[in-house]
Amino acid sequence: MLLPALAWQSLLSRRITVGLTIFAISLSVALFLGVEKVRTGAKASFADTISDTDLIVGARSGGVQLLLYSVFRVGNATNNLTWESYQDIAARPEVEWIVPISLGDSHRGFRVMGTSAEFFDRYKYRGGRGLEMAEGARFDDLFDAVVGADVAAELGYRTDQQIVVAHGLASFTEHDDKPFRVSGVLARTGTPVDRTVFVSLEAIEAIHVDWKNGARIPGQQVGADAVRQMELTPGAVTAAMIGTTSRLQIFGLQRWINDYPEEPLLAILPGVTLQELWDLIGVAETALVGVSAMVVATALLGMAAMIFSGLAERRREMAILRAVGARPWTILALLSLEALLMAALGVLLGMALLYGGLFAFRGWIDDSFGIYLRITAPSLRELWVMGLVLVAALVVSLAPAWRAYRMSLSDGMTVRV
Amino acid sequence: MAQPDMTRIEAAGGRPEAIRLETLRFAWPGRTSFRLEVPEFRVGRGEKVFLLGESGTGKSTLLSLICGINAPDRGSVMVDGTALADLSAPARDRFRAERIGVIFQMFNLLPYASPLENILLPLSFAPDRRRRVTDPRAEALRLTGALGLQDDLVTGARAAELSIGQQQRVAAARALIGAPALIVADEPTSALDTARQGAFLDLLMTQAEAQGATLLMVSHDARLSGRFDRVLDLSEIAMTTRGAG
Ligand SMILES: Nc1ncnc2c1ncn2[C@@H]1O[C@H](COP(=O)(O)OP(=O)(O)OP(=O)(O)O)[C@@H](O)[C@H]1O
Ligand SMILES: [Mg+2]
Repeated sequence: MLLPALAWQSLLSRRITVGLTIFAISLSVALFLGVEKVRTGAKASFADTISDTDLIVGARSGGVQLLLYSVFRVGNATNNLTWESYQDIAARPEVEWIVPISLGDSHRGFRVMGTSAEFFDRYKYRGGRGLEMAEGARFDDLFDAVVGADVAAELGYRTDQQIVVAHGLASFTEHDDKPFRVSGVLARTGTPVDRTVFVSLEAIEAIHVDWKNGARIPGQQVGADAVRQMELTPGAVTAAMIGTTSRLQIFGLQRWINDYPEEPLLAILPGVTLQELWDLIGVAETALVGVSAMVVATALLGMAAMIFSGLAERRREMAILRAVGARPWTILALLSLEALLMAALGVLLGMALLYGGLFAFRGWIDDSFGIYLRITAPSLRELWVMGLVLVAALVVSLAPAWRAYRMSLSDGMTVRV
Repeated sequence: MAQPDMTRIEAAGGRPEAIRLETLRFAWPGRTSFRLEVPEFRVGRGEKVFLLGESGTGKSTLLSLICGINAPDRGSVMVDGTALADLSAPARDRFRAERIGVIFQMFNLLPYASPLENILLPLSFAPDRRRRVTDPRAEALRLTGALGLQDDLVTGARAAELSIGQQQRVAAARALIGAPALIVADEPTSALDTARQGAFLDLLMTQAEAQGATLLMVSHDARLSGRFDRVLDLSEIAMTTRGAG
């Protein structure tokens, strides 16, 4: 019991250097575990972007590409899914529900997606959460639009606002003859839904009736009212989300779609493809973990340097301990114990910083980056990390402790200052 | 193995001598060319010996050997009837804790601990010595009281806050607590002014006498030798060789 008391008092007597060392360790530990939390949080949020959808279908291309444009609205489809194919798939007995996705237009930098009203019931994220309206209602009229939370926030939209959809993704030609009315604003989800303008599939068809190959057909202007009288069945959609009646049928249906003879199609399991996509990003993730591990190592080396630099000054302390009967091993143990105490305090303070930071900032992180950080008890992996920091501290401390051991043997009784 | 060895028994008292050095030889490891040789040196039990010697002649080195902090290259060191060479290194450390109280020239105390904690320090390395003291705290205060220190100074302050004279008295109490057989003092008064030196020595000697302890003190100041039983110069018992370090 003497050693811990001595180690503690000795640390207290050097509280400034010791405090700074502990602070450095705690920051590094908080950083490391924070990166760990953000990483798992980002991964989970990413995987949470879409759930409860069994298959996503589009024209044949890469699976990751299909996922990127259909769910993340990144990039473009090279081909469409014809309405006939869509109908064929919808008619399959395994299909419980199917929701079309029609992309291609934009509104002031945000993608416009044509879909059915069922989308608002079927789209789930974060393990089964549904979409909610923050304001207003779903689209009802042909020229109604529902906007995501980011769209509303960035453009300052409220319900009943008039908006105009632009043709294509980066063009100056607008469908200004057929303006939309914002019928509702969605609550924030932290998914690409927040950055999307939703209109009905028919509306997409309606604004394109007098267009062909990306340009207005000269002299064939169809007015907004006239278009309501027309047959607005689309010729094609970009992709479709599918729910099956039973999970067991997913693979059968996937195979059927991939072997569809009329047209080359691709069906993917969103969860699997999300994982593939994450693996691509995983390199950066590993680098991040590596860098923060280096920061921890740096803090521990700083501690070793601090112990080393204190040795000369503490020579007499060691001579005194030797004179009253301490073994050289006791002196080694004392120094290692001090290092262990500093590391333990550093780890504890680091945890306090981390959880304090999480409590303070997680709302903001969710809002700004769409990364939802769960506050849970330290995971087994985190406990391992903490244990590893302590072991590393012990190992690192052995260098100065061994030096002290040697000194206490060679100094004899002479108290050298 | 445990047969009584007649050479250890002092004829007069029938008890072993406090210190007995024979054909001792020691050199510091490393490049220093300092060598110390002691053909024979004995200190009787309860004797108070004053060892004179100029600076650098090896007084502290000799004390290190007697305390078993360093081991001689040749010859034997016997303290209280025990040959230190027969003990393992940990046993030697324990032996020192149990039987020897040490006072240095200065910087005797752990600066971050209280004087009281400093006084109790050897007891935690010496269970037997600890057992002789029923109430360590009371005993520590009794000793410091006898050495002229106020209780609140001993229990309250940090050791580093004491004056040098006060620190030396705390160091004396630490050496005396639990009544070790041998008190070794390495110029304990040289950091004190002349007026205090005598007073400190008187206190130290009175307490050592009261405990029946043997006292070996080294100094280069012959004026302090007054109350000792025996005064000798290091050169009378030892040959030292000194070269360029
Ligand atoms: N720990 C050590 N390592 C190497 N050499 C040492 C060590 N301690 C002392 N010496 C050398 O041993 C010699 C004797 O030193 P020692 O300290 O024993 O002398 P001293 O008589 O106690 O001197 P002083 O009166 O100054 O205290 C010196 O030459 C010194 O350099
Ligand atoms: Mg000396």
